[in-house]
Amino acid sequence: MQDGSETAPEVLRLDRITRTFPGVTALKDFSFTLRAGEVHVLLGENGAGKSTLISVVSGVLPPSSGEIRLDGRPVSFDSVAAAGRAGISAIYQEFSLIPELTVAQNIFLGRERRRRFGLAHGEMRREAARILADLGFDVDPDARISTLSRARQQMVEIAKGLREDQRVIIFDEPTASLTDSESERLFQLIARLRDRGVGVIYITHRMAEIERLADRVTIMRDGLHIATVGREMPQREMIALMAGRDVSQLYPDLPGSPGEEVLRVENLSGPGLRDVSLSLRAGEILGIAGLVGCGKGDIGRAVVGLTRPSAGRILFRGKDIARMPLAARMRAGIYYLPSDRKTEGLVMGQGARFNVSIRAGNAEGAGHAGFVSARRERGMARRVTGRVDLRPADTERAMLFFSGGNQQKVLFAKALSGDLRLLILDEPTVGVDVNARAAIYRLIADLAAEGVAVLLISSELSEITHLSNRVQIMCEGRISPPLSGDAITDQNVLSHMFPTRPAAGGYPGK
Amino acid sequence: MELLQRIFLRIGVLPFLMLLAICIFGFISGQFLSERNLLNVARQASYLVMASLGQFLVLLVAGIDLSVGTITAASSVASAMTMIALGQALPEAVWLAIPAGMLAGVLVAMALGAVNGIGVSLLNVQPFMMTLGMTSVGFGLALFATSGMPVMGLPEAFGQSFGYGTILGLPLPICVALVLAGLTGLVLGHTGYGRHLYAIGGNARAARLSGISVRRLTFSAYVLGAALCGVTGVMLTARMSSGEANIGATLPLETIAACVIGGVSLNGGTGRVWGVVLGALFITLVQNGMNLARVDSYLQMVVIGLILILAIIADNIRSRMLNARR
Repeated sequence: MQDGSETAPEVLRLDRITRTFPGVTALKDFSFTLRAGEVHVLLGENGAGKSTLISVVSGVLPPSSGEIRLDGRPVSFDSVAAAGRAGISAIYQEFSLIPELTVAQNIFLGRERRRRFGLAHGEMRREAARILADLGFDVDPDARISTLSRARQQMVEIAKGLREDQRVIIFDEPTASLTDSESERLFQLIARLRDRGVGVIYITHRMAEIERLADRVTIMRDGLHIATVGREMPQREMIALMAGRDVSQLYPDLPGSPGEEVLRVENLSGPGLRDVSLSLRAGEILGIAGLVGCGKGDIGRAVVGLTRPSAGRILFRGKDIARMPLAARMRAGIYYLPSDRKTEGLVMGQGARFNVSIRAGNAEGAGHAGFVSARRERGMARRVTGRVDLRPADTERAMLFFSGGNQQKVLFAKALSGDLRLLILDEPTVGVDVNARAAIYRLIADLAAEGVAVLLISSELSEITHLSNRVQIMCEGRISPPLSGDAITDQNVLSHMFPTRPAAGGYPGK
Repeated sequence: MELLQRIFLRIGVLPFLMLLAICIFGFISGQFLSERNLLNVARQASYLVMASLGQFLVLLVAGIDLSVGTITAASSVASAMTMIALGQALPEAVWLAIPAGMLAGVLVAMALGAVNGIGVSLLNVQPFMMTLGMTSVGFGLALFATSGMPVMGLPEAFGQSFGYGTILGLPLPICVALVLAGLTGLVLGHTGYGRHLYAIGGNARAARLSGISVRRLTFSAYVLGAALCGVTGVMLTARMSSGEANIGATLPLETIAACVIGGVSLNGGTGRVWGVVLGALFITLVQNGMNLARVDSYLQMVVIGLILILAIIADNIRSRMLNARR
């Protein structure tokens, strides 16, 4: 048995790895060591280069320069299979399982055991059962993947990736869609792998998991290695290193004098929602937190009119708008900024002028069917993109040539290009680099100060706790009573996120 | 080389093809570049321009209209039959029968377009299948109404003015095509309605979240596109002095080719009117050049088909190059 102490041998060493893509350097002179029997957490903002790092280590992408050493020997992998044979594998958020095949068939996919005629089904089933039992996974090798819960699918994914002589295993945000009892099982498995001397690279955003699992933490930013620190470093300092600045600078002060009520949702039920009530006043930011799939995004979609509620009322400035068409709601001053800007937010092949212009209620642009004055439209586009500080300030360049942060700024500009009284933000900083993020937070606070009511829906806990006057938490379609003031803490918000049902029942689904 | 690449990325493959065609045919045939021949090409091209504008509107909202030929034929038959029926009922009122017949042609075309539009936008039938089905429906109806015979006996004034007439020395079909192209360009480039069509083709979900009523506008694109084909049918009827159920068989291929060569993407949301006009002009130019060079008419079909495929390959290369520059 080995442990992650200083004396344990190195399994993996990256020496000055650089990986470039046309126009971007995703990894710059990145050096990193992983010891046998260590859990090494990678911490970084979206776009810091974590995914590129995993891809390079697991054989998806070759490095542009630099050296990878496994157990002291230089290696280079031309495929995921080659890396797998050398004992390196990665468990991604997206599983690589075939839903219509059984657990055993998936585990042996591509390396089926054969008899003289056909496949050795019995042998593979027994072998799969043994592997699963070895790992302590309670999964039936004959079950079809599509019938399993997500947590169990993840177990199969791990069992599939693991070999007898596993050296390195990489987990990419594995708990993102697990409940906490499921996560707990995963942590136990990781501890077992560590005890067997496997080097574990673990990517997460959750500070609590660092405390729970990490031996060491490497912080990345903009493709650079910023620091490798022990788990004992205070969270605040880690976040500051990750963001490249003090977090308190990231978040602006909140305006504090809400006006009259703008939005009132009463007992709303419908797709993803069960009896949801909330109230939001002008100049106020109401944070909505919750796990993936808890229904928090569905509130926004119902309020703007993308989905029809089955029961309940949506009052906007005192008027029930539950039956009003989406365009009319937008003209009245409701704007919904979708979580997926590429598929729902922007026309990627067009420029900022086009994108801000077509918002319903934009009188100076194409928010109506009639003639559009090119001069007024250009002026409007320059004004709103200037307000959000679009960079480069080119309103004609197609959106696909802009960074994620600047694409998001254009969506804010689009919100501003017509009447704006209620701004619904669904994950406003997904895939946004840290500088654009600070700009977006400042803009949100400024808009609230001007009297816009903001519904901030986010999975980013620090965003919720730092940017909201009040917070309500969703869990399985239901909403918690609001927290406000000093009651808005990570602890309090987290405690409402998970379903409270007896843990003794174990896993849902077989 | 750098400059050529820039032109290719900005406008597409058309300028290169156009230049190539002019050089080749100008070299083979002395008549090709004569003023008379070029005017002839422009007049022939004007019909394809009108129908291609109709195809363009549908491609813009990420659809496709395979029934452009059928719609054109149905319009031709409907206008001719109406004109003849009215001419028999009121022999004195020729100038009532002519506009009434033309209107009937366009209305029948719009009705067929409306069926396409309902199928695609309301019933979610794939545009390809919907318009393919309508090709057979419209063609069958036109043949049934005429028993497969040309509808003869149109007022002579109709052919004289709309088929062979001129305005300021310019053949009338060219004038009509130019006016329609100008109107389409104005609507697409300078109205909210036009922006909304581009938005639907570019990203229908984003369009919906901008408050654009995607279904209604998609429907309208099919109806307006069909109206343009209806005008094409009426103008062709005037030129031929008869209503024909058999015209327009090659129009689906030719209009799609004209649009794609002119820089319209089959994925929707891109393209300019002048590109479509030039694309239609190019196709007619190649057909005319091949006629002058005495290329067998069956072989001409081969060439046009190959040009369409090449244009799509060039379009793919172009979008890959554009994406690589991200």
